[in-house]
Formats: sequence, structure tokens, C-alpha cells
Amino acid sequence: MTETVSIAPAAAPKQSSNSVFSHAVYVVSENPVTGLAFGLFALIALCALIGPYIVPYDPLASDTAAALQAPSWKHWFGTDQLGRDIFSRVIVATRLDFIIAITSVALVFVMGGFAGIAAGFFGGWTDRVVSRLADTIMAFPLFVLAMGIVAALGNTVTNIVIATAIINFPLYVRVARAEANVRREAGFVQAARLSGNGDFRILLAHILPNIMPIMMVQISLTMGYAILNAAGLSFIGLGVKPPTPEWGIMVAEGAANIISGEWWIALFPGAALMIAVFTFNLLGDGLRDLVDPQRRT
Amino acid sequence: MLKAPTPEVDVGTALPLLDIRDLTVEFATRRGVVQAVKKVNITLAKGETLGIVGESGSGKSVTSYAVMRILDRAGSIAEGSVLFSGLDLRAAPESDMRDLRGREMSMIFQSPRLALNPIRKVGHQIEDVLLQHAQVGNESVSDKAVEVLEQVRIARPKERYHAYPFELSGGMCQRVVIALALACRPQLLIADEPTTGLDVTTQKAVMDLVVELTRERGMSTILITHDLGLAAAYCDRVVVMEKGHVVETSPSETIFKHPAHAYTRKLMRATPRPGITLRDLLPEEETARARPVAHNPVLATEAPLLAVENLVKEYPRKGVSTTLKKMFGTTPVPEGDVFRAVDGISFQIARGESVGLVGESGCGKSTTSMMVMRLIDKTSGTITFGGEDIGSIPARSFATLPQRKRIQMVFQDPTDSLNPRFTAARAIADPLLRLSDISRGELRARCEELATQVGLPLQFLDRFPHQLSGGQKARVGIARAIALKPDLIILDEPTAALDVSVQAVVLNLLQDLKDSLGMSYLFVSHDLNVVRLLCDRVIVMNTGRIVEQGPTQRVMDAPEAAYTRDLLAAIPHPPV
Repeated sequence: MTETVSIAPAAAPKQSSNSVFSHAVYVVSENPVTGLAFGLFALIALCALIGPYIVPYDPLASDTAAALQAPSWKHWFGTDQLGRDIFSRVIVATRLDFIIAITSVALVFVMGGFAGIAAGFFGGWTDRVVSRLADTIMAFPLFVLAMGIVAALGNTVTNIVIATAIINFPLYVRVARAEANVRREAGFVQAARLSGNGDFRILLAHILPNIMPIMMVQISLTMGYAILNAAGLSFIGLGVKPPTPEWGIMVAEGAANIISGEWWIALFPGAALMIAVFTFNLLGDGLRDLVDPQRRT
Repeated sequence: MLKAPTPEVDVGTALPLLDIRDLTVEFATRRGVVQAVKKVNITLAKGETLGIVGESGSGKSVTSYAVMRILDRAGSIAEGSVLFSGLDLRAAPESDMRDLRGREMSMIFQSPRLALNPIRKVGHQIEDVLLQHAQVGNESVSDKAVEVLEQVRIARPKERYHAYPFELSGGMCQRVVIALALACRPQLLIADEPTTGLDVTTQKAVMDLVVELTRERGMSTILITHDLGLAAAYCDRVVVMEKGHVVETSPSETIFKHPAHAYTRKLMRATPRPGITLRDLLPEEETARARPVAHNPVLATEAPLLAVENLVKEYPRKGVSTTLKKMFGTTPVPEGDVFRAVDGISFQIARGESVGLVGESGCGKSTTSMMVMRLIDKTSGTITFGGEDIGSIPARSFATLPQRKRIQMVFQDPTDSLNPRFTAARAIADPLLRLSDISRGELRARCEELATQVGLPLQFLDRFPHQLSGGQKARVGIARAIALKPDLIILDEPTAALDVSVQAVVLNLLQDLKDSLGMSYLFVSHDLNVVRLLCDRVIVMNTGRIVEQGPTQRVMDAPEAAYTRDLLAAIPHPPV
């Protein structure tokens, strides 16, 4: 009747596929840091996807004649003790580190996210069991716990993924629990109940999508943390075994040579690690803006 | 009735205390610069009480923020000047403004709980203001704070000095906020919707206090409100704002008798008041078009749709002892350890009838509606709906039962009750998907049919809640409630969050829907003027009990219970 007239029909939304894309363009252009983060992320993803096909040398091929060469046009990042090309190894390693991070974060997102939402929504015994479990994990020094898990379960990539997921579990539980708890009494949850939604459908269809923006920040932060954790485990000799190219091992191998002047062996994989973690930490804000419907005006 | 003669008002002769000239306030947004306030001129004399009235988005709050220079970062004063006792506030450095705020000009905000620091004792918060403006020395500051609390009529001020905000009621918190604002005896008080969210009797007490204190001290007051009745009852002059413009400025007696501007007339028409019908709220040109309110005769012989008998809801009082006892389950919770939110109430609703349930916050009206709605479980008593005892079905399992279809609800806050991630169409479709066997293909058509029924233009169906106005969100909520063609709808203050002109339209819509669909309404509200318009019968609740029930006309015109009389007396009425 009256108050609807003021809004012209021309203001109707554009087609949704188009508006999602234009929203992404808006988010990136609004904040240059987000643009930088998305750019770096695209670079890392590209290395992970096609890295092994574009590198100039075989990352495993040793050439003792060319050992310990400083960076040059021939070997951009120099060579290590066995004469392997460090540039090729850094690029190829991206895929392994990336896979470890993504699978462990996906695993912990499903486990921790769901347990946390259920704890926040149902309260009572569900909450007590889940929260105490999270508290118990938090009671250990997390990196030592991860070491213990990998040492006990066996020295494989799968176990690194599991260990990384377990140590991140409390972070997801706490965020998801707090967010679900706030929304438990919200009007739209009551309304959903009146519409005939059961508890599980309310959890998955109504509450989960609403806490996705904050979970996105969490995912992005733990991605960086997961990469660091996987590299850390490899650095101390757990998890990935040499000669597989992996940033943590490469830093460990190069660490001994820094004193003798061959700084490039440890520096470049370390820098790659730093850039990856930095990218994921920056990415959080951008991802949140991207999935938040409030920003999609 | 409330206005004593105010001899100290001398408009025009002396220098005005506050002189706002051609004020324009701009906000930088994603869509470019938006002018929230456009060339506004307002003057305020010493000792005068001025009301600024307007609907949401009219720029009334922004004007006052500009005076106090507390606009948020995106906002700025683009043009004009603000003179306070001859001092140009626009040009004043921030350090001067800091000194002025609280000492010379103060503000009372809408939500008293948000305006107080939750983890500091209220006495200490008052001391902060006093010390900041060096009103008293360190040694006498606590005595002064107690004195200030006493001045705002807080009983036992010495004890309240040590209270935290959460230990005080809403009305009490607002008194503390007033005490904070007036502690340094400022010359100007800006009250931004000071009584929104307070009960009508509390509202009267708070407003009487503000007027009395400001008159006593010869202060000037600006009262910002959406309630014309409130402004008329307490102000000397009223400024009406619409979309950033001042459309009318007149003494409050004349503005009601001879409103000059069309917008003022529209606002006045839309304000619920005694002696009118629901259709009178609509603008003149629409009243003619609207159907007359159909009076479906309520058949007394027919069995009632809803019958509530001796309904009780008890909550355990929180404490370590009861929690421990409950955990070990040895002794039952003793009698004195429970709080009876609803204390044995009985009422009936006939088919096609609309019943108002009124009372102040904490009277148990929401708890009652939640129990009838089967969102929470009762402690004892029966709820019979359509001949079936639904009270004994646990609330947890009720959601997926077929009976769920027959009782629906429209919520108080249209924003909060819509899932932010669902479009309007998805929100309306939700009950259809869960509780009816409609096919995917028919779903969209049914949504469009419902949207048409509630007057929501179809292009809004694909929008998210934050892209809709308050009135449009209310329509989505109503469409969702009627989607399953229920027999009973509980309306929980469905218009409390809406502007009066939108409220007028929504109330009329609800009436039309009831007439065409033959539903019964249980209308939960604290606003007796609205209940009067929409309901056949009214139930008045206080402290968990029903104090009076009967036909609306009879209860309103000849109330039997003293409590009902108090409620009616507290409503601010515009002079007729």
C-alpha cells in the first residue's frame, strides 16, 4: 500500500549469478589488502595445481657437480647440498603443503564445527561432553600433542592431517558453540520451529549458514596454522620423509648450512612458508565479506 | 493536564539557547553521499521543551547527534551552523566539545541498559561524570553521587549507589541515565526516545520526572520521539520532520487542532487513539477504498477454538543449592524456590475472534503465548485446541506434528524473526516445504499468491531481509504465518518495531486477512490503543494472573480492576 510505493521497481535485484560475481569484484576492489591476499592465494593455488609441470628441473634429481650454488640465472634460488634446484623444489612442495592444510581444515571444520554448533544449540550434556573434550585438548601444548599423535600413529601424511585436525578442534568448537548459542533464542529460529523444522534441520539449514561468515575467518586462520604445523612436524623429522620436497624439511636441511654461508637453502622455502601463512591470515577478512549477505547490498 | 504554566519561556526576545541554522548533515556510503538532514532550522529558547517528531529515517536523531558533535565517522556537517548560547559548535575544537558535553549539554539515549557500563557500579559511573567536569572534590564525590540519585527519585539511593545496572529494572536504569545526564546541571538536555521499550506506567513516571527536573532548573529540553501523543503531552513546541526536512513547527496545542502540513496530518491520522476505528488510521484517500470491517458473529454455542484452564508456568530460581539438588536428584525443589511466571490462568478464544492479551513487561503474557504456541512446556494446567489436548504434547516434538500447521505466530521484531540468509520467498516457503505436501513446481506460485495477499510486491520476493524495509519485513512475517492457513495466529506485538504509518497499514492488513481467512487472533501487546482497534475481547494480566477480562469496549471505557485503570491513565493522549 503506501510505504511500498516509495521503492521503485527499478531497484529490483539483478540476476543472482551476476550479482555474486560483481559482489566479489566489489569486495576485492574495496579493500586493497583483500585484493593482494586473493592475488597471492591465486598464485599459490596455481603453483599447487600446475607446479610440477612448469618447473625447470626435476625436484628430486641430484647433481653433485652443481651442489651448493648461490642463486643465479641458471638456478634462481640456488642449489642444495645434493645439487637439487631449490626453485623447483619450493614450487613442487606447494602442492603437498596445500593438500595437507586443506584436508586437515576440511576435516576439523566438519568435526569441530558440527560438534560446536550442536553443543551451543542443545546445551546440557551435549555441551558438557563437547566442551570438556575441547578443554582437554587445549590442556596439552598443541604442537607437542601433534608430535605425540604422529609419533604414535605412524609417520605418514595422513597422520599429519589427523594430528593437525585434532589440535585445531577446540578452536572450531569454541567459535561455533558461541555463535550457535547466541542464535539459539533468535526469532528466526523460533520461526523455523513454527514452520515445522526439526532440531537437526534448524541446525544445518538455519544456524550453520548464519555462522559461516565467522567460520570463514576461522578456516582461513587455521589454514595458515595448518601449513605451519605440517612444516613444523617435518622440520623435526616427523611426517613427510626426505627426499620429498616439503618446505619444513627443506628449511631443516638448510638450517645447518646457514652458518657456513649458504643462506639460500633455508631462506627460500622459509619465505614461501611465510608468504603462504601471511596470505591465509589476510584472506580471512575478505572471505567473511564475501559470504556475508549483509555486505551484498 | 500535565503542562503547568511556564513563565520563564520567552521565545523571540532573548538570545535562544540553541540556534540551528540551515543544518545539512551528509553521510558517505557505498552508494555515494547521502544527505540525512537537509537545511534544518530549529531554535530553542531557555527553559523551553521542544519535541522533534518523525518516523524512522526522518533525520531527527542525526540532528541531535550533529548538535552534540557525536556523528559517526562517515557523517559530517556539510552546511549551516549550530549556535549554543552564541558559541559556534561546528567550529569549536574537540577539546571544548568534550568539556561542554555532560556539563552544558547532556543526552539521554534510547536504551538505558546500553547507555550504562554493565560492569561498573552506577554510583561510580555518576562519580566519573562529576570528576570529569570538576564539579566536586575527590572527598565529597560519593555524597554528591548519592544526592544526584536521590534527585531522580531512586528509593534507597545509598544502596543503589552500589548496584550494577543488571540489578536494576529498565525504568530504574533510565533514572540512573537521567541522573548521569543531569549530574552537572547542564543547560540543555536532549532525550532521544527516552521511553521506547519501557512500560507505559514507567514511561509516565520517567517523563514526569524529566519534565519536573528540567522545569525546576530552568533547563531547555529537546524530546526526540516517534510518538505524537507523548510529544504533545510534554512539550511546549513540536517540530515535525520528514526525510531530513522540517515540515512544520508549531506550539503543541495548535499542531493537533490545526496541523498545517499534509505529513503532519497523515501522522496524526495514523496514531491510534480512542474513539476511532481501524480504517480511520489510513490516509483519507485509502479509507474510502478499504472495505468496512466485517463483524463475524461469534457463535456462543460453538465449542471454543482454544481453551486454557489453570495454566501455570514455574521457573526454578537460580542458585547453587537448587542446581546441586537437581544434579543429585535427592530432594524435590522446595516450594519457595520457584518463580511462577504464569500463575493459574484460564481463558477461551472462539473461532473467528480476536482477543487482546495486555500487560506490562514481566506480567507473563509472553510466557503464556509461548506455551499456547507450544514452544515451551507448561508446568500444569490444560491447553485444549480444537477439542484436542495439545498442552500435553512436549514442545520439542510438536514442531513436526500436523497440529503445528493450525497454530502460527507473527513475531515482535520483523528483522530478528527472518533468517538473514533466506530470501523473502524462501522464508515464506519454509512452512510450506516442511508441513504441507505442496510440490516444488507449485511452491513459487503459492509464494506469489501469499505475497499478493499481504501486499508485498513480487519483485521483493528475491530480496534478503536486510534489503527490505521494516514494513516489508513485517509483511513477509505475516505471509509466512498465514501460509499454512492456520486457525489461530498469535500476534506478539507485531507492530511494536514499526513506524505509526506502517503500523496503520499492517493493522488494517491483519484485520482484512482475519475477515477473509476466518482465523482467530491472540494479540499480545502493551499498547492499549492498538488493542482497542483490533480486538473483540481483551484480557489484562499482571504478575502472572488475569486481573480483568471482557469485551474491549467495556474494559476500556469502564475498567473494573484498579490495575487496568492505572494502565489506561498512563497512556499519553494528544489534546483533542
